[in-house]
Amino acid sequence: MVSRRDFLTLTAAACAILGPGRAGRLAAQDRLSEADLLAFRPVGNVTILHVTDLHAQLVPIWFREPSTNIGVGEVRGLPPHLTGDAFLNHFGIAPGTAEAYAFTDRDFVELARRYGRVGGLDRIATLVKAIRAEREGRTLLLDGGDAMQGSWVALQRKGGDMVAALKALGVEAMTAHWEFTYGAERVKEIVEELGFPFLGGNVFDTEWEEPVFESTAFFERGGVKIAVIGQAFPYTPVSNPRWMIPQWSFGIREERVAEHVENARAEGAELVVLLSHNGFDVDRKLVSRVPGIDVVLTGHTHDALPRALRVGKTLVVGSGSNGKFLARLDLDVRDGEVKDYAFKLIPVFADAIRPDPEMAKLIDELRAPYRAELDRVVGHTKSLLYRRGNFQGSWDDLICAALLEQRDAEIALSPGFRWGPTLLPDQPIRMEDVWAQTAMTYPQVYRIEMTGAQLKEVLEDVADNIFNPDPYYQGGGDMVRVGGMAFTIDVDQPIGRRISDMTFTKTGQPIEPSRKYVVAGWASVNEGVEGPPVWELVARYIEARKVIDLPTAGRVIVKGG
Amino acid sequence: MRERSAASRRRVIQGAGALALGGLWLAGRPAEADLPKLQKLLAELTGGKTPQEGKVRLDMPEIAENGQTVPLTASVDSPMTANDYCKVIHILAEGNPEAGVCSFKFTPASGRAEFSTRMRLAQTQNVWAVAEMSDGSVWMTKTEVKVTIGGCGG
Repeated sequence: MVSRRDFLTLTAAACAILGPGRAGRLAAQDRLSEADLLAFRPVGNVTILHVTDLHAQLVPIWFREPSTNIGVGEVRGLPPHLTGDAFLNHFGIAPGTAEAYAFTDRDFVELARRYGRVGGLDRIATLVKAIRAEREGRTLLLDGGDAMQGSWVALQRKGGDMVAALKALGVEAMTAHWEFTYGAERVKEIVEELGFPFLGGNVFDTEWEEPVFESTAFFERGGVKIAVIGQAFPYTPVSNPRWMIPQWSFGIREERVAEHVENARAEGAELVVLLSHNGFDVDRKLVSRVPGIDVVLTGHTHDALPRALRVGKTLVVGSGSNGKFLARLDLDVRDGEVKDYAFKLIPVFADAIRPDPEMAKLIDELRAPYRAELDRVVGHTKSLLYRRGNFQGSWDDLICAALLEQRDAEIALSPGFRWGPTLLPDQPIRMEDVWAQTAMTYPQVYRIEMTGAQLKEVLEDVADNIFNPDPYYQGGGDMVRVGGMAFTIDVDQPIGRRISDMTFTKTGQPIEPSRKYVVAGWASVNEGVEGPPVWELVARYIEARKVIDLPTAGRVIVKGG
Repeated sequence: MRERSAASRRRVIQGAGALALGGLWLAGRPAEADLPKLQKLLAELTGGKTPQEGKVRLDMPEIAENGQTVPLTASVDSPMTANDYCKVIHILAEGNPEAGVCSFKFTPASGRAEFSTRMRLAQTQNVWAVAEMSDGSVWMTKTEVKVTIGGCGG
């Protein structure tokens, strides 16, 4: 560890002396400035700004990028399926720098202490205002969905806080996913309240297959007619409770996307943008099959990439999550074509950016009624608590431990959500932190008996949602987290053959296919699930211990990938 | 911007419904994929002809939202004239207890060889659409539909 640290210091010093571009310059200074973050050589007549998967994080947080993000099939080893050193090497980022901190998990705790928190909608507002002033009449701000779920305040206000915040930020169109978990009636209200287009060209009513939302919104910026086509998360009724939106059907519907693009071009669009919540790999495949999309702004899979990828003629942008990044894409559009572009995924370093006073005031007002509950300290953590990654985050280890104890279960299951910020070691755990991992409209912790064979079926099914070699058959998200059990996964196998060596931790014996196990889990998509909300059990578990110090759990052995 | 084709699509579906001459067999219990059973039925339906890939289009979701009722639209590229038309489209399922799902018959007066309906899927499987033309040629396509227990997500 010491030698590793020495190496980092040396690398940073070398960069500072040699000054090889941005990465080196950032490494040379401990403090970043707002001007550094905004620095951009403008191109052309259109600037698109993109935020996605904010997950209702109005105030700054820590967010550790994944250490495991496996791509299968054709996308093996391609961005965004790069982590740590492989990511740094691919994008030419020096370790120990602000960029390394923003984009990878490498040296996370050390760099987090140096560079501080990220995000905060008041900081994003400052950046947006500055870019709008610089690019007056040319800027278009879009939100990729999952803006309205992920905090206690959003849950209490049914997304109303985020409606107010997005309007204040000046978002001009959005698409959606977790917004649907407030139920169809609330979504219809949200569409009315927003006052800007809520787009979902792939949502149809189940009875007559008629469109539920607008598919496309048109804008004129810098003299360019822009069509923005919205694509809501295709598997919302599979991944989330269908009973909350029983009349709505989703799906990728590639041929519909192609129709929307053709219609947009027929209406005179010179630039076609797909504002998508498909997930990165689905979008990469989609734009390789559907012609005429100039830009796809991806979402859902929370991938943060410092460069726009080219797939054929299409630029593919991945803008991260939780308010950690603001994407800026400048385009030179002439004769109905993108002639040139410049891109930057701006890390929102909260300590470097002045909060926008108006947005800060609004956020304070939205949070004020809940302040006391949010700030209630339930314990301290000695461990780094994070969720993101294909397997077993430490936040989920904590949740699983709470489920096992509080529901007297033998096995715990916790969904592999990609939302949920990070807590550094030696920090208080406040209720707001617990809710940032758990706040949702179906939080009940069930307690049921399942056979070993059924448990294997669950693991196989979820694994196929992540590691099916065809992205169109993937549901997104990460692998379900387990407590009380260990297993081996070979991601390259087909469904039914990925999971092996399932072990019951308590006895060290293999999980028996025919034996019944008492299983506790949460976030069931079934209607009528009964049980206490997961945050109550997690809070009680932490309060009983006061200090959380998790063992490094080795519950999952990964092969292939 | 609303879909321009929505209203006409509704009429198409209603019209196609009236054309349904074949039965709709629903799956009763999950079963392993049974290709020999499907091929036996296929041989009966086509008089032993081997279908060629092409001409037929089958639109189904990649992942079923509800395995109990999965929407499908099948169509055949055909001029539908008295001399050249699609006579029938069969839907077959590899992994349902019964391989036969439904058969929709057409005449030149149908105008278009297209229908939409819903089927039940017992498990993840390939669904086949097989068309017989007036010249006796047989065409097909197939698509995989995944039936998942759901849950989790980004």
